[in-house]
Amino acid sequence: MIPTSGTIFAVTGAMVFALGVAGVVLIDHLLRRILAFNLMGSGIFLILVGLAQRHDVPDPVPQAMVLTGIVVAVAATALALALVRKLHVLSGRLTLPEDGE
Amino acid sequence: MTAVLIGLIVLPLAWATLAFLLGPGRGAVPAIVALAVQLGLAATLAHGVSVDGALVHPVGGWGAPLGIELAADGLSAAMLLLNQAIALPLAIYARAYFAADDPAGRHFWPLAGFLVAGLNALFLAADLFNLYVTLELVGLAAVGLVAAGGGTQQVAAALRYLFATLLGSGAYLLAVALVYGAYGTVSIATLLPLVTAEAPRLILIAGALAGIGLALKTALFPFHFWLPPAHGSAPAPVSALLSALVVKASFYLILRLWLGPFAPLAAAADWLPATLGAAAIFWGSWQAIRAVKLKRLIAYSTVAQLGYLFLIFPLLAQTGALQAGVMQVFAHGLAKAGMFAAAGVIIKATGQDTVAGLAGVVERLPVTLFAFGLAGMTLMGLPPSSGFLAKWLLIEAALAQGAWIIAIVALAGGLLAAIYIFRVLRQAFLLAPEGGDVAPVPRTLEWTAFALSATSVLLGLRGVELMRLVGSGG
Amino acid sequence: MKRLAVATAALAFTLALISAMLELPAPAIDLRGPVAAQLAASGVDHPVTAVLLNYRGYDTLLEIAVLLLGVLVILAVGVERPAAAAEQPDPLLEMLVRLALPLMIVVAVYLLWAGAFRPGGAFQAGAVLAAAAVLRHLAGLQAGWAAPGPRLRLGLVAGFVVFLAVAVALLAQGALLQYPPAQAGILILAIESALTLSLALILAGLFLFLSP
Repeated sequence: MIPTSGTIFAVTGAMVFALGVAGVVLIDHLLRRILAFNLMGSGIFLILVGLAQRHDVPDPVPQAMVLTGIVVAVAATALALALVRKLHVLSGRLTLPEDGE
Repeated sequence: MTAVLIGLIVLPLAWATLAFLLGPGRGAVPAIVALAVQLGLAATLAHGVSVDGALVHPVGGWGAPLGIELAADGLSAAMLLLNQAIALPLAIYARAYFAADDPAGRHFWPLAGFLVAGLNALFLAADLFNLYVTLELVGLAAVGLVAAGGGTQQVAAALRYLFATLLGSGAYLLAVALVYGAYGTVSIATLLPLVTAEAPRLILIAGALAGIGLALKTALFPFHFWLPPAHGSAPAPVSALLSALVVKASFYLILRLWLGPFAPLAAAADWLPATLGAAAIFWGSWQAIRAVKLKRLIAYSTVAQLGYLFLIFPLLAQTGALQAGVMQVFAHGLAKAGMFAAAGVIIKATGQDTVAGLAGVVERLPVTLFAFGLAGMTLMGLPPSSGFLAKWLLIEAALAQGAWIIAIVALAGGLLAAIYIFRVLRQAFLLAPEGGDVAPVPRTLEWTAFALSATSVLLGLRGVELMRLVGSGG
Repeated sequence: MKRLAVATAALAFTLALISAMLELPAPAIDLRGPVAAQLAASGVDHPVTAVLLNYRGYDTLLEIAVLLLGVLVILAVGVERPAAAAEQPDPLLEMLVRLALPLMIVVAVYLLWAGAFRPGGAFQAGAVLAAAAVLRHLAGLQAGWAAPGPRLRLGLVAGFVVFLAVAVALLAQGALLQYPPAQAGILILAIESALTLSLALILAGLFLFLSP
C-alpha cells in the first residue's frame, strides 16, 4: 500500500502530537512547556489537513479550520508568555512553584 | 425567537467590547443592565422551548453540514437560564466588591463579558468545531480573570490552570479532527445517524480523547489538580463565576456528546465516570475537611460536588438521571456562587482568609453567615433545598436500576459535606477574640450573597418546572 | 519513573492512533461538492476564503473575539516593562527597515485583495503589517506600547465591531451573517479591510505591549 501524502501528514501529525503532550506534561521549564504546547497544536493541524486529503484533492473546510486553530493558538501562546513573564518579574522563577496547600 | 437566540450571544459580546472601550475599571453599569436583559431573553427562550420544542438556527442561511447551526433544546435552555441567573447577581456583587484602584477590578468587566458570551455561545452551539472555539473563549477568559492584577500565587495558579485547559482543548480538538477525518462533517445533527456501534476504531479513540480533554477542564478526579489553587486564590467574584459556571460548561459538553454522537459507543464505559466521580466526592471532601484557608475549603468542596455530576452516567437510561444531573448543576451553581460571595465578604471584612480567623464573625456579619449556612444546606442536601431534590432524584434513579452503591455514595457525600460545612459554622459562632477588627462592607455584597444562597434553597420548592423543561424539547 | 510512564503511554497512544488512521474507510460526507457548488453565491472565488468568511463565518467572528481576549489578558496581567536604555537606532537596521516597510505595506494590501481568489485575506495581511511594526521596533525606531489610549482601543476593536454589526444587520435578511448573494463580495471585502487594520494592531500589540 503506497501511502498518499495525506496519510503521511496524518501519521507525522500523530507522532508530533504525542511528543507535544509528553512535553507539556513532563517538562518543568515554562518556556519549553509553551513550545511543547505549540508542537501539540501543530500535530493536530497536520492530522486535520492530512486525514481530509488522504484520497486525492484537498478539502477546503479543514484548511479553514486549521487557520482558525492557528489564530487561537497564537492568542493562547501570547497569553501564556505574558503570564510567564509576569511570574518571572514577580518571583524570578521560570518554573511553577510548588502548590502550597 | 431567533432574535432571542442571537441576542444571548451578541449582547455580551457588545458590552464586553464597550467595557474595553470605556477604559480600565469601567463598564459595570452597561454590564448589569445587559445581563438583566439577557436573563429575560433566557427566560423567554426557556418558555419557548418548553412550548414549541427545540429550536435550530442556521447561521449564514447555510444548513449543516456546510454551515454552522445554533440549536436550543431543553438542556441548553436550562443552562442558559442558570448562566444569566448567576452572572447577574455576581455582576452586582463585583461592582461593589472591587475598590476603585484594585488592579484585579480594572479589567474585570471586559473579561467577564467575554466569559459570559463564550458560555452562551457554547450552550447554543451544535457544531463540534464551533464548540472548540467557544471552549477556548471561555477557557482563556477564565485564565485571564484568575491572573488579573495578581501576585505570584495568583499568576502561578493561573498558569497551572492555563496548561490544564490548553491540554484539555487540545485533546478535544484532536477528537474533532478525527471525527472529521472519519465522517467528513462536524455538525452534531448530521453525525447522529452516521455514528453506529460499528464505528471505526478511530472514533473510539476520538471519544476517549474528547472525554479526557473535557474531564480535564471539568476538574474530574484525578484531573482536579489545577482547581483548588485557581479557585482558591482568585478574587471572590471570579472564584464564584468559575466554580458555578465555567466547570459546568465542559460537563454540559460531556453530557451532550455522551447523549448525542457518541451514544452508541458510550454505554460500555459508563462505570468509569461514576467511579471517578465517587473518588472525587471522597477525596474532595477529605481535603475540604483538612483545609486551612477558607477559599481553599470551598474550592475542594467544588471538586467533591462535581463528583455527583458524574454519578449519573450509568443511570442515563432513565430520564430521572438527567434531571438529577441538571438539578445538581443548578443547586451547586447557585450555592457555590453564594458561598464564595459570602466568603469574599468575610475575608474583606476581617482581613483574614483562614478558617481559624472566622471566630466571632456571626456577631458582625449575620446576613453573610446566614447566606453561607443556606448554601451549606444545599450542598449537604437538606430539604427543601434544590440540593436535596437533586440527591433524591439521583438516589431514586439509582435504586430503580439496582445501583445501590451509587445511592450509598450520594448519602455518604452528604454526610462528608456536613462535616466541613459545620466546621466553618462552628468556628464562626465562637466568641469573638479581643481586638478583632471588622471593616465595614457594603450592604450590597451581603445581600447578593444571600440572594444566591436563598435561591439555591427555594429552587427546591419549584423544581418541577425545571425538570419538565429538561425533559421537554428533546 | 513518571517519565517512563508518560513516555510509554504516549508511545502506545501514537501506535494505536496511527493504526486506526490507516484502516479508515472513505468518509460518508464530502463537503467539497457543496463548497464548490455554492461558491458563485458566496461572493468570493477561493474556496478556503468562502469557508472562512461565509459558510463558517461565525467561527471567524468568535476567533477574532479570542484574539481580542488575548490582548485583553495581556493588559490585565499588567507586565512591568524594564526601563529602556535609550539606544541609538542601528543605522544598518534602520536602512533595512526603511527599505522593507513600504514593500511590506504593499504586500499586505495585495494579500487582502487577493484573498478573494487566491490564498490570502485579512489574517495574512494583518500578520504582515504586524510583522512590519515588530521590525520597526527591533530596529529601534518604535517604542513598545504602554496601556492603550482611546484611539488605540478603538483601532483594536474596530474590526470585530464591524464584523459583529454586519452580522447582526444581516439578521433582517433571514439568518445571522446571511449575505445576500449580490452584495456578498463587497460586504466581505469591507469586513476584511476593517479586520486587517484591527488584526495588525492586535498582533502587533501581542508583541509590543510586552516590549520596552
